[in-house]
Amino acid sequence: MKKQLALVIDLNVCVGCHACVTSCKEWNTSGSAGPMPDHNPYGADPSGVFFNRVQTYEVGEYPHTETVHFPKSCLHCEDPPCVPVCPTGASFKREEDGIVLVDYDKCIGCKYCSWACPYGAREFDEQGKVMKKCTLCVDRIYDQQLPEEERKPACVMACPANARIFGDVHDPDSQASQMIRDNKGYQLLPEMGTQPANHYLPRHIKTGKEED
Amino acid sequence: MSANAPNNSNNKTEVKNTTCYMCACRCGIRVTLEDGVVRYIQGNPEHPLNKGVICAKGSSGIMKQYSPARLTKPLLRKQGSKRGDSEFEAISWDQAFEILETRLGKIRSTDPKKFALFTGRDQMQALTGLFARQFGTPNYAAHGGFCSVNMAAGMIYTIGGSFWEFGGPDVDHAKVLMMFGTAEDHHSNPLKMALSKFKRNGGRFISVNPVRTGYSAIADEWVPIKPGTDGAFIMAMLKVIIDENLYDVDFLQRYTNSAQLVITDDKHPESGMIARNEQGEALCWDTKLNTETVYPHNSANFALDGSYTLKDGTRVSPSFELLKQRVKDCTPEWASEISGIPAKDIVRLAKELGHTAMEQGFELPISWTDSWGDKHQSVTGRPVAFHAMRGLAAHSNGFQTIRAFSLLLTLLGTIDRPGGFRHKAPYPRPIPPGPAIPNSPDDVKPNTPLNGAPLGSPASPDDLFVHENGEPVRIDKAFSWEHPLSLHGLMHNVITNAWRGDPYQIDTLLIFMANMAWNSTMNTSDVREMLNDKDANGEYKIPFLVVCDAFQSEMVAYADLVLPDTTYLERHDCISMLDRPISEYDGPVDSVRIPVLPPTGECKPFQEVLVEIASRLKFPAFTKEDGSRKFRNYPDFVTNFETAPGSGIGFLAGWRGKNGEKSMKGEPNPNQWEMYEKNNCVFQHHLDEDMQYMRNWNDKYLKWAHGNGITAKDTPVVIHVYSEILQQFRMAAEGRREGKQPPDHLRNRVKTYFDPLPFYYRPIEQQYTDTNEFPMYAVTQRPMAMYHSWDSQNAWLRQIHTYNYLYMSPKVGEQHGFQDGDWVWVESQHGKVRCMCRFSEAVEPNTVWTWNAIGKASGAWNLTEDANESRKGFLLNHVISEELPKHEDGEHLSNSDPVTGQAGWYDVRVKIYKAEADADRTLPQVEPLKTVPGQAKRKSLLAFFAKDKNSVSF
Repeated sequence: MKKQLALVIDLNVCVGCHACVTSCKEWNTSGSAGPMPDHNPYGADPSGVFFNRVQTYEVGEYPHTETVHFPKSCLHCEDPPCVPVCPTGASFKREEDGIVLVDYDKCIGCKYCSWACPYGAREFDEQGKVMKKCTLCVDRIYDQQLPEEERKPACVMACPANARIFGDVHDPDSQASQMIRDNKGYQLLPEMGTQPANHYLPRHIKTGKEED
Repeated sequence: MSANAPNNSNNKTEVKNTTCYMCACRCGIRVTLEDGVVRYIQGNPEHPLNKGVICAKGSSGIMKQYSPARLTKPLLRKQGSKRGDSEFEAISWDQAFEILETRLGKIRSTDPKKFALFTGRDQMQALTGLFARQFGTPNYAAHGGFCSVNMAAGMIYTIGGSFWEFGGPDVDHAKVLMMFGTAEDHHSNPLKMALSKFKRNGGRFISVNPVRTGYSAIADEWVPIKPGTDGAFIMAMLKVIIDENLYDVDFLQRYTNSAQLVITDDKHPESGMIARNEQGEALCWDTKLNTETVYPHNSANFALDGSYTLKDGTRVSPSFELLKQRVKDCTPEWASEISGIPAKDIVRLAKELGHTAMEQGFELPISWTDSWGDKHQSVTGRPVAFHAMRGLAAHSNGFQTIRAFSLLLTLLGTIDRPGGFRHKAPYPRPIPPGPAIPNSPDDVKPNTPLNGAPLGSPASPDDLFVHENGEPVRIDKAFSWEHPLSLHGLMHNVITNAWRGDPYQIDTLLIFMANMAWNSTMNTSDVREMLNDKDANGEYKIPFLVVCDAFQSEMVAYADLVLPDTTYLERHDCISMLDRPISEYDGPVDSVRIPVLPPTGECKPFQEVLVEIASRLKFPAFTKEDGSRKFRNYPDFVTNFETAPGSGIGFLAGWRGKNGEKSMKGEPNPNQWEMYEKNNCVFQHHLDEDMQYMRNWNDKYLKWAHGNGITAKDTPVVIHVYSEILQQFRMAAEGRREGKQPPDHLRNRVKTYFDPLPFYYRPIEQQYTDTNEFPMYAVTQRPMAMYHSWDSQNAWLRQIHTYNYLYMSPKVGEQHGFQDGDWVWVESQHGKVRCMCRFSEAVEPNTVWTWNAIGKASGAWNLTEDANESRKGFLLNHVISEELPKHEDGEHLSNSDPVTGQAGWYDVRVKIYKAEADADRTLPQVEPLKTVPGQAKRKSLLAFFAKDKNSVSF
């Protein structure tokens, strides 16, 4: 089976610190996917391009409340709905590693892809008038000038809780695949048929012995 | 992106190592520069603290470096303009130094205490403290008094160590981890790494916190608690653990003063002190021989219970017996009523801790020798770890709560043992650790350094820094009878005291990186007026205000003289063993910052400012015998300064000796900085395995630590289950002790709170609040992506937290007729704030909370006047007072812990009610601030791209 690179995000250990959000921004704004503009950076309602955002949800009622931090970026779907809707072929999925990318030179900023994406993972660059999104740091992961252990997306390098595992989810022996298998990893909105490559690992609650 | 865009850059790329300073965590970082512009900041994988990871703040350092909020020129308030109006003219450093030299020189040669130096989270207290001492002023402290001194003092006076930099949970061996309220940066990345590893290894994580955010989010069990009631919860757990015999008897007998006999005869002159023989050795009761004996020989026979009569007829009880009596009435039902935690949960949790510690203990095959010469074949592990910081500390009952907490760790036998609490160098240290402080007003002399450190740890009432009538010598009243063990000073009262002239007026106040006109002060609105207030002669009540900061904070507007500091990427710094280093459990670690960029504009590191002033004023430590200047600059100072001539101990412990061949101790090495630079800016010493545990009593470790100047003594640090130190203060208050006496109006206060055994009491503010009118608790949390007020100028981080809500239970909202998102008032007996509410199921229902320091003054930090931070953001500080209501103990007492002076941030009680229908912004609002000369113009569109210099502000 062909390679499918992806992120596995472990909600059991994610503390919602946003390290993935800004490490992504600092790498990518000056990288091949950049810049990532910020409108009104020092004024009212600042609004910038982020390839990765953390949303926070509360689940359950007090006192049985869970606070879930939920990092979300492009899920690099196996069947990405953003690709067929693109009128210019700017949105494409790479054969060799399954990464979904946007070719800015072809993008006309029509936003069809962002309407097609059920995950809201695309970010429109109002300055460049092109659609942008997570590239899995494609300009890091193959860079021979980087030490091998650093050929990973910036968010994975940064994550203090090691909640982000990067790898080939088609390779059953990869750490990413093993983590999915061992921890009941799941995909978002499977009913959409997009087969997101990124997976999430759920919370596990360990109860005390005294409760037995 | 262009799919196959070639990387055709010809730019010069450099990679440099230094240490982060986006919060207090001090991670190692690697900075990539493209043609001198910061391209990328990553965690240094070779750094022992963060091992390559980095947080949201650290990753946003670029936006701090290029922030338009930066100050770039020394500034002088324009003649005739008002403080707070931000009317400045740019001046040269020569002029700035001339002003400082003249003014400070005059103060130093007349009355040095008229100069006060208070600093924020500066990470350089070894230098700032030395500067104050050499100046001869006692009026120095850093931010610890309003941060977490209760945690430091409560634990250091009990187990000889404390959390965060000085110790922490050993999650590698723990099975259960219980965490009380902890701010995100205490400790930031290491804690995130540890929690993840702990959970993946199957550990159970219990979080006790009124709010379920941050670390608590991933807890296996959330124990919501009413703020400030942790002491009751812990006392009840102690009772369960004692009643169920789930404590470590051997540990208590051998390593603590649990078995030492306390004199219980009320009429005995030494009543309440530990009975000692003529040699001063503590007495214990040998149950086999049924007689008194000397600690610690044959400790297995020591009685922990009962009461006994010594040969001389004195009635005594082991201190553990007194603890048992103390917790007798602390039933789970009693604690439940106070804390809101169901009694059955208190019992269950206490048993879980006790059973895990005692039944799942283990041995590591590490032999070691204790201070009394006994050899041990192994080290016992107790797999129950704890962590706690400001949740326990930032209350006026925090010291005694943390005493109780320390005893919980102790009873479970977890001190410096695998799976429990582990020390980090320079701790453990003697109880108290020192150093000695001046203790007489006569110790403050013109043109003379102080005869002790401005901050230290009193061992008895005689160490207090007071006048003969018991009144304070220091402007913040630290080390006085109002707050005898105020180890970190009381920065939160400096402005109010100086404004009032109580205990006296000062001339010059120098504030370094502390936003005392906004989020770093209690009672923000009034303090701003005090900074601006004039006396009958039209002179400012605080005559001269100097502010050193890197950014245009709210405080800068009030300065008479502004000194532009550099960022962390532009300076040399030491994370020193003489201050608060980044040691690991297995040995000392210190680190440095080395500039990766030149200073922006005319920015100058504050260290250089201090070295320059110290040299100009000819402080002895900065001056050669012939009167000439001793140190060229700060790096030269660090290289060559020794704590005493020839001591071999300086600011940095690594690569000492002429050629860098020595560690910890050795003569100055002229190439020391270069050696740090080559080694990731960090020095790490791994202790031998037999020196890594049981260090309070580990003979080899203590001798090593003493020999290397880390600790003042090599004698064992026996845990103070019962605190004779506190008892001495109580005896003074009772008039039963010779020596220094409290003023009469404070006798009852000292007697009450200097209890030698921990107890729970309602936070003092709440004792003087009508809690029917103000029923709710109100606290703040620190968001993980912001460090205090530092990051609203950061274009990326402010998009994560650009304003804040008041969070409350939906049920509370409904009771008050609020809709989620409504404008509401939150009001205490001191003040009120208008803000927006947000319903949350993740908060204890008697509590409301918000994020700390998101709200900003309009126009500050070079944000636009209509920025969200000022229109929708708010500070809770307006409803929190820096002083307690007048009551029987006196007027103008600090709103602080009566033992340590720790600010009682989380003690306030509030009511909430609906705001006006037309509310559209938070209140109070302040007059918008203007930018100052030298600030960059802010962009309305930022498209940062390192290779495009036009995308950068400077």
